[in-house]
This record gives sequence, C-alpha cells and structure tokens, in this order.
Amino acid sequence: MKSCLIVDDSKVIRMVAKKILQELDFETVEAEDGQVALDLCKNQMPDAVLLDWNMPVMDGIDFLKNLRQLPGGDGPVVVFCTTENDVNHIQEAMEAGANEYIMKPFDGEIIQAKFAQVGLL
Amino acid sequence: MGPGDFNFLQEMLKRESGLVLTEEKSYLLESRLIPVARKLSLNGIEELVVRAKNGTSPEVKKAIIEAMTTNESFFFRDIKPFDIFREATLPYYLDARQNTRKIKIWCAAASSGQEPYSLAMILNELGPKIAGWNVDILGTDISTDILDKAINGLYTQFEVQRGLPVQNLVKYFDKEDEHWRVKSELRSMVKYREFNLLDSFATLGQFDIVFCRNVLIYFDQETKAQILARIAECMPPDGLLFLGGAETVLGISNLFQPIPKLRGVYEVASKESGPSAFMEHPAVAAFAS
Ligand SMILES: C[S@@+](CC[C@H](N)C(=O)[O-])C[C@H]1O[C@@H](n2cnc3c(N)ncnc32)[C@H](O)[C@@H]1O
Repeated sequence: MKSCLIVDDSKVIRMVAKKILQELDFETVEAEDGQVALDLCKNQMPDAVLLDWNMPVMDGIDFLKNLRQLPGGDGPVVVFCTTENDVNHIQEAMEAGANEYIMKPFDGEIIQAKFAQVGLL
Repeated sequence: MGPGDFNFLQEMLKRESGLVLTEEKSYLLESRLIPVARKLSLNGIEELVVRAKNGTSPEVKKAIIEAMTTNESFFFRDIKPFDIFREATLPYYLDARQNTRKIKIWCAAASSGQEPYSLAMILNELGPKIAGWNVDILGTDISTDILDKAINGLYTQFEVQRGLPVQNLVKYFDKEDEHWRVKSELRSMVKYREFNLLDSFATLGQFDIVFCRNVLIYFDQETKAQILARIAECMPPDGLLFLGGAETVLGISNLFQPIPKLRGVYEVASKESGPSAFMEHPAVAAFAS
C-alpha cells in the first residue's frame, strides 16, 4: 500500500482528500502546515504528497524546496492542490520540483486522473 | 410524453444520426429535450415533436439531435491510445511517408476538441523531426454547437484537469479569467468541419490515421458495419483505425483487423498473411513487446 501525506491547513479539505485517497488505496498521514509535514518526512518519506500552497508557519512552496534538499527528498511524488490557479504559480511550483498540480476545487476524479498521470496508480 | 412521440423521436434519431435510443433511456429524452423546447420558446416536448414532424424547421431536428448526443470527452482520454500514437504510429509513418512527407489524420467524432488537440500536442513535441512535413488533423462532428467549442478551444478548469499533464497546460494554453484557451499555434494545427458519419464520405478525402472513438457505441451493428466500411474505403492499405475502449471491429466488420498487443488499434485487413509493414517496424515491435 502506498502512502500519501496530505498537507493542508483546512481540516475539512484534509478530510475530503483522505477519503478520496483511501478509496484509491492509499495509507494517509496528515499535516496542517509545511513545518509539521517536513518533520514527518524527516522521520519517514511518503510515496506521495498532496500539498496546499497557503498555510501558516511554512507554506507549500517552502516545504517543497526544503523537502527536495533532504536525503531521499527527491523520492516523493508531489502534487500541489491549491486555489492558486495562475500560470506563474504553476511554473514556480514545477521549478521547485512539483510533479503535478491540481487547482481547487478538486474532486475524486481529478485526483485519480492526476495520480494516474504521475504513475502513482 | 406519449408513446407516439417517443416512437417518432426514436425513429428520427436513428435515421438522422444513428443514435439508438432504448426504452430504458427514454428518461433522457425528457431531461434533455425540455430545455431545448424552452430555448426555442416552445410549449414542451409535444410541441417540439410537432415542429420536428412537419419538416419545415430543420433547426428543430438539429437541436433535438445535438441535445441527445453525448459529448463527453477529455484530453488524452484513456492515455494508452495516445502513447501508441506517439511511440509506434508516428515513428512508422515518419518512415513510411518519407517521400510525400504528408500524414493525414481524422478525428471522426471530435466533440469539443480534446482528442484532436491531444494529437496536435504530441505532434508538436516532435519538433524538428516534423519540420517540413505536412500533417493535417481534421476534426468532424455532427454537432455544430460542440464544434464551436472545439474551434474556440476554451475549457473550464475542470476540463483541463482531466488527463492533461500540467506541463502541457502551461505550454499550450493561456489563462482567460477562470477558463483556459488553447494557444493559437495549436489551434491552427486542427481544422474542424461539421460532418455526419451517416453521410457519404466522398467529400472527405483519404486519411492515414482515423480516430473514431466513443461514437460507434451509440449505434446498432448494421450502422457500425456501414461506417467501418466507409472508413476503410478512405484509407490506404497501411491505414490505422483507433476505436474507443468499449468498441471493437470483431464480429462487426472484417475490413479491419486488431493489432496484437496494441489494444484499440486496428489495421486495414489485407489478403496477405503474416505481419504487416506496420507491425514489423522496429518502433512498433519495440512498443508491442
Ligand atoms: C462521446 S463523444 C466522443 C469524443 C471523443 N472522440 C472522445 O473519445 O473523447 C461522441 C461524439 O460523437 C458525435 N456524434 C454522434 N453521432 C454522430 C454522427 N452520426 N456523426 C458524427 N458525429 C456524431 C457527438 O456529437 C459527440 O460529440
């Protein structure tokens, strides 16, 4: 079973994402900001990260940059999942090492399509 | 709606578009035709049927047909056929058409354009390899409304997230408010035209590659066989046909034969036994193994 770390400051979004990912047969772990997520990754790298952008303490893009510096940090497939939906944000995310990008609002179909595209399914 | 109206609509849809409407699907008539009647300021389905029957208003018939067709499509639908197109089909044609440097592609049920634009993206990725080549993509559909959408190339955020890699989104689309528009370079690679698959193919010309996906499923066996026969007629001996995931030629037409290991792809049947030139091409053999 693959693992996915869900990073989002909204509890509701984490819950929705968790439900979708569990249906896709993922084991899920949750973090409410980038710092908590980074600590979790230092402990154990997940197979995938579903990542919000705007969060308190550490935002998604800083988390991603830090993650890619960690030993084994190039392993997880990172899929942004954010309301930021302009080309500049998307490009910044890809340059920082994101593998895919979901623009909120999302649903199970979009998550499934994107995860399949990056070879997670 | 009375049984007379249902029978009339069922018969008309079959005759004019090929669509087979079963009794179980009759609920679709109500849900899809009531908005049509409203749009035309008519008093419900009964009046719509009266108008369609008296034959003086072809636009009413057309509106009914367009409302009853299923237009769902998405970029790189099912992924696999597009991998086959990129990894096997194009390498073969780039060799086989060295002399003419011409490849003609037809999307026979183009709907809102996701399929032809996906092919255009793949072609564009070939870069210098197709410089100087003349590659035509024609997208046709019975519905002019849906073709308008294809021509405009304007998609919702939801539509560009089903199947389209984000790298392709930023490369080939511009953001317009909450929508995404296909860039003009890509739009100019595809020509669109209204065409009913039940009509004569005489005006269409020849095609090396035909995508006829997720449309034959709506037709009966006889209609499927007739359309497949006409597609075969407008193809060279090494032409390739791509069908949808739930479609096949098996048991319907012997003018095409499946290609082992390339699901959904069919070649024009030949009298000669043994593998075709396509199957023997190194890129195709490598992909299939
Ligand atoms: C489900 S879409 C398929 C789109 C695309 N090929 C795909 O696989 O994603 C089916 C399309 O077939 C078109 N269609 C239905 N009957 C047709 C006919 N008789 N001639 C041409 N197009 C037809 C519909 O208008 C609709 O856009």
